[in-house]
Amino acid sequence: MSKIIASAAIRGAHKIIGNADKKVKEAIDKFGPNQEVAFPNTAYYLPIIYGMTGRKVEKLSDMEGIIKLCKTLLPPLVKEKHHFPYLGPVLDAGMATFFAEEMYEAIKYIENPKTYVLGEDPSDDNIWLGAADDVIMRKRGVEFVDGTAPGFAAILGGPEDPAVAARIALELQEKNLYVFMGADSNGKKMSEQLKQQGVQIGWPTRLVSFGPEVSSAVFAIGFATRAAMSFGGIDPGDYRKILIYNKDRVFAFAMTFGYVNDEWYANGAGCINWGFPVITDSPTPEILPTGVCTYEHVVSNVPHDQIVQRAVEVRGLKVTVAKVPVPVSYGPAFEGERVRGDDIYLEAGGGRTHAVELVTSSEMDEITDGKVEVIGPDVKDVKPGAKLPLAIYVQVAGRKMQPDFEPILERQIHHLINYAQGAMHIGQRDIAWLRLSKQAVDKGFTMRHIGDILHAKYHQDFGSIFDKVQVTIYTEEKKVDEILKKARAIYKVRDERVAGMTDEDTDPFYSCTLCQSFAPNHVCVVTPERTGLCGAYNWLDCKASFEINPTGPNQPIPKGDTKDALFGTWSGTDDFVMKASRGNVPTVDAYSIMRNPMTSCGCFEAIAAVLPTCNGIMTVDRDTAAMTPSGMKFTTLAGTVGGGNVTPGFLGHSKIYITSKKFMKAEGGLKRLVWMPKSLKEEIKERFEVRAKEIGIPDLLDRIADETVATTEEEVYAYISEKKHPALEMESLF
Amino acid sequence: MAEDKVYSVDKATVQMIEKSRRDGVLTIFDRAEDMKPCPIGSVGSCCKHCSMGPCRVNLSKKDEEAGRTKTGLCGATASTIAARNFIRMIAAGSASHSDHSRDVVEVFISAAKGEIPGYQIADENKLIAMAMDYGVETEGKEIKEIAIALGEKCQLEFGKQTGQLIGLNKAPEKRKEIWRKEGVWPRGIDREVVEIMHRTHIGVDQDFRSLIQQGTRSALADGWCGSMISTDLQDIMFGTPTPVYSEINLGVLRKDMVNVIVNGHEPLLSEMLVVASQDPEMTAYAKTKGAEGVNLTGMCCTGNEILLRHGIPLAGNFLQQELSIITGAVEAMVVDVQCIMQSLQDVSLCYHTKLITTSPKGNIPGATKMYFNEHDALNSAKQIIRVAIDNFQNRKSEVMIPNDRVPMIAGFSQETIDYLLGGMFRASYKPLNENIINGRIRGIAGVVGCNNARTMHDNNHLILIKELIKNDVIVLTTGCSAAACGKAGLLTPEAAREFAGAGLAEVCETVGIPPVLHMGACVDNSRILIAATAVVKEGGLGNDISELPAAGCAPEWMSEKAIAIGQYFVASGVYTIFGTAFPTLGSKEFTDYLFHGIEAQYGGKWDFVEDPLEMARKMIEHIDKARKALGIDKARDRVLFDMEKRRELA
Repeated sequence: MSKIIASAAIRGAHKIIGNADKKVKEAIDKFGPNQEVAFPNTAYYLPIIYGMTGRKVEKLSDMEGIIKLCKTLLPPLVKEKHHFPYLGPVLDAGMATFFAEEMYEAIKYIENPKTYVLGEDPSDDNIWLGAADDVIMRKRGVEFVDGTAPGFAAILGGPEDPAVAARIALELQEKNLYVFMGADSNGKKMSEQLKQQGVQIGWPTRLVSFGPEVSSAVFAIGFATRAAMSFGGIDPGDYRKILIYNKDRVFAFAMTFGYVNDEWYANGAGCINWGFPVITDSPTPEILPTGVCTYEHVVSNVPHDQIVQRAVEVRGLKVTVAKVPVPVSYGPAFEGERVRGDDIYLEAGGGRTHAVELVTSSEMDEITDGKVEVIGPDVKDVKPGAKLPLAIYVQVAGRKMQPDFEPILERQIHHLINYAQGAMHIGQRDIAWLRLSKQAVDKGFTMRHIGDILHAKYHQDFGSIFDKVQVTIYTEEKKVDEILKKARAIYKVRDERVAGMTDEDTDPFYSCTLCQSFAPNHVCVVTPERTGLCGAYNWLDCKASFEINPTGPNQPIPKGDTKDALFGTWSGTDDFVMKASRGNVPTVDAYSIMRNPMTSCGCFEAIAAVLPTCNGIMTVDRDTAAMTPSGMKFTTLAGTVGGGNVTPGFLGHSKIYITSKKFMKAEGGLKRLVWMPKSLKEEIKERFEVRAKEIGIPDLLDRIADETVATTEEEVYAYISEKKHPALEMESLF
Repeated sequence: MAEDKVYSVDKATVQMIEKSRRDGVLTIFDRAEDMKPCPIGSVGSCCKHCSMGPCRVNLSKKDEEAGRTKTGLCGATASTIAARNFIRMIAAGSASHSDHSRDVVEVFISAAKGEIPGYQIADENKLIAMAMDYGVETEGKEIKEIAIALGEKCQLEFGKQTGQLIGLNKAPEKRKEIWRKEGVWPRGIDREVVEIMHRTHIGVDQDFRSLIQQGTRSALADGWCGSMISTDLQDIMFGTPTPVYSEINLGVLRKDMVNVIVNGHEPLLSEMLVVASQDPEMTAYAKTKGAEGVNLTGMCCTGNEILLRHGIPLAGNFLQQELSIITGAVEAMVVDVQCIMQSLQDVSLCYHTKLITTSPKGNIPGATKMYFNEHDALNSAKQIIRVAIDNFQNRKSEVMIPNDRVPMIAGFSQETIDYLLGGMFRASYKPLNENIINGRIRGIAGVVGCNNARTMHDNNHLILIKELIKNDVIVLTTGCSAAACGKAGLLTPEAAREFAGAGLAEVCETVGIPPVLHMGACVDNSRILIAATAVVKEGGLGNDISELPAAGCAPEWMSEKAIAIGQYFVASGVYTIFGTAFPTLGSKEFTDYLFHGIEAQYGGKWDFVEDPLEMARKMIEHIDKARKALGIDKARDRVLFDMEKRRELA
């Protein structure tokens, strides 16, 4: 800490804590000490305070103790001469700053519930998003886990020129980083600047407008703190582990624009506790010696055209940016961007026209690598607002190519097109839907570029399993319908082949330790009948991934001896999990929730939990924010299950696993299911009914309670009793 | 008596020596002129272990070159005699530290039991940490119970006859392996001292190798157990030092106040004197005698103890004790044990100062005996203060207090360093290690030890330390060396900019620390062992203390305690240089072993260098060698992490 920085940060912390103290007192006077206080829909209370101290702030009166703690942490001002050492104290001051600001922001939610917009997108009259709820945190957290987002930039203020703001935001997006924005520099707020520049802000484009004040920095730090608890499985209050986890695994940094005042310094000091360095464009002193952060702590006076690159280096982050020959920006940060209304230049699919995507294997001499053809009109041939039929037909060839890999490659089309700025893609197979924006077309984007993207990215990501890729894009109705017909026949064959695979006649299984970047002890065992709990990786995906990268996170697990067929226990899986969990998990039952259930990273699509009174099991998906009969919301359940811990009675799983024959087979399977959210019922209805018929209870779905009939365990019991749910007749779970 | 000789680099000291001459008072500086050290004894060649001697086995240059040897009457060789003398010094040093420690343990147990008002448990965290180190059950136990159990466990360490001392378990694993292999893990603190006395009796152990092996046992028992217990329990009772602001040098004495100087090594009484001196009742009493109040200051290591814990100003170091009385402003000098000059009584007779001895172990004819009664500690202390106040009106001669009072920041316990480098939430030695690895800090030096009237006061300390910090070596200091640094302004954060190399200065600016860290009294050298161990355990700098880019030095040593300290540092893997004189030079064989052969066993070794710049050069050379061995002598590339690397993190 330079003395100037330390002095300023401690002064800033004094002011911030003073303000928070006042605000808490006023709020208690106005709303009473028992007034509940929380950030929206989170199981982590005020997450920084909860993570660092283990203390839950649930009522205003709980804040008094935290204010007291802040004052204990707050060091005296730095003396001009013969001062005391300040590095430790100033880091404490930074921590106290965050505690104070978190309370300050939480009180704003009581004072005016409309201070911030709920959800992922700003509204027309309010651009400020405030605290991310747990649904966002988990959804986005998965990207941190799998590497699509290596970290975030926490930005204070904004540069003088809005165009520069837009350029820096784009550059950060191109590096796949989230951009968390707060505070203003002399009135300049980056979020507003981006909006002025016509840039889409909100969680989907990773440009997150947290709040207008510097205190909104706590939303960024709270996000990071929750990531450590939910994905890292670190207990609240285990502050050291949470901070080191962030230093080692969350590649975040702070970036400030313009004059750095005392309060900003205090926030910067706070960030350093998390290992997040500060990069600034103003000529402040620097702190270059390493130690608390991985490299430098404060780097200043960085020109705007170098600031992103410098920040990434200072943080010690390596970002591999995909080089794709298209005239627009390309990367995961653009995946969530929408193309709507007047912005649409061209549209295909989505019920308006036919649109289909197909990947097949060919013989080596049948195709030419890199050949991209557009058969039919391209953008230059149509007027803005045009609708075209579309077939994207990809042929791949190579000695290692297997038919099993076709659907995997095909599924990539969705996000690979979406990564292009100005292209919006939804769906897959014969329900694909594509929009191209006017801006993209202005920059020269054409239908041909879709082929170029697929050619380039397939080679980058899957190059080791094939040698040639040829793409044909049809926009003529007749041709499209031909491909559609052919595709539907192929889909049918594929579905039957996959549906026919069983765990019994498959060896090896595959592991997935992709999430060990965030949850170091967690191991997924992926079998044909049990996908990864994230729903993103099935057995075939893992197999392909292994072929592509033989030393990667998906490894074959020879089953070895069957130890217990009912519970799904094999000597091979046990040995593997023991080793890969670093000795933390000695055995796993693949088909049980009660005895040695599989661990979870935190990416689960749904969580099942035992409802003892009902002798059954409920499950809830992560999009459901409401209370469940277990007495816990998804977020709270997630806190119980994640982080690589073995938690009998709770299980993280994918949605597709629900209709697998192996779904909690040890406990009796699907018949145990007594409650799930209505929306989830709808989503999996088709598959569910097939399975229900197989087990001889065709109306099982109706006998299962949902939130419209039961939100407590007693109500579930009443409902399933009335419906004569089979679980009531089954052997006791305990 | 050389009138134009400069005896000290410290202006206040010179000024007071001049006053002593004017006042006709003899001091150690005069006596050093009158009597030279015995050339035979000073190199360890004199054996007086039986009445057939003393035998002198020193050789003339000519004899030595001719390869002649000389033995004592019994046939003891020069190496045996030098080794016996050397390890008897270790025995004396270990005994001094450990006997101090024993008293601390006794007071600690009484305090834990609540039998002695005024003493309590000030640092519960440290109590629990230490209890766990000593295998004392803490789960579900009251603080009082834990403290009593810990105290009793520590007490047993002194008289233990078999097994292994517990304190050494704190060392790095590799170091413990070495001690086991060499068979030097001590059994009991007292037993090792006694065994030295036995082995060095006429006709017992006559092989320098086994003699020094026993010396090592005793030294390790001192450093990792005796000394360490006293440091730790004192911290638990009186508080673990954290940075304090204070001032140093004779200028801290006050003309208008009753000046009480505590001098010696045990803080048990002086802790109470701090309370008593600030008691309003005492201030009021002082005012009745015409003084503004009571000004308590410290001298030597008792002074360092209350400086670190309470910011009490330090009047000076060992060679300034007589001089403080010569100011004519000291009403009472309160002494306990160790390094107290008998001449203080004669000097005090020339002025009005009352020399008060407080330990039954340390008596001086003519001095006022006021033995410290820990069961009535505060009253003991108040009585002493009263005697001092009563003496205020007896000031007779000219009072002359030098103007020198230099600000300093002291109080760097190993726990505090840990905190300062990362705060409550990220406390660790990591920033220190990282900046050693990246070369901003070249290495770590422990510069400790006494003053010695055979060399210019404070001079070696300061030249050495300034040279070290100029070369980016951070300095940990204790005892009289720390005081020397304080007087020269090296213990302020501003000193980094003025004296340190660019790399070290940058780190100091980052943390806000001085380039030289005052870690305590000489008994607190155990703190340096623990700090070094913490650096090893933090990682990135090898697996043992001997692999660290670090070195130790006592450039102006004089006491037997220094030899014990030196030996426990060497046996802990540290390259350790002593200045002024070396007590084994009479035996080339034994000296060669200490300076070279011992390194193969322990990774550390002794050295003797007179010139402070040469000391610095050799320490830096050693540090650079260690850096090279660790592979940190060259700049390293910045490692950028992608997801795959992140996944590899355990």
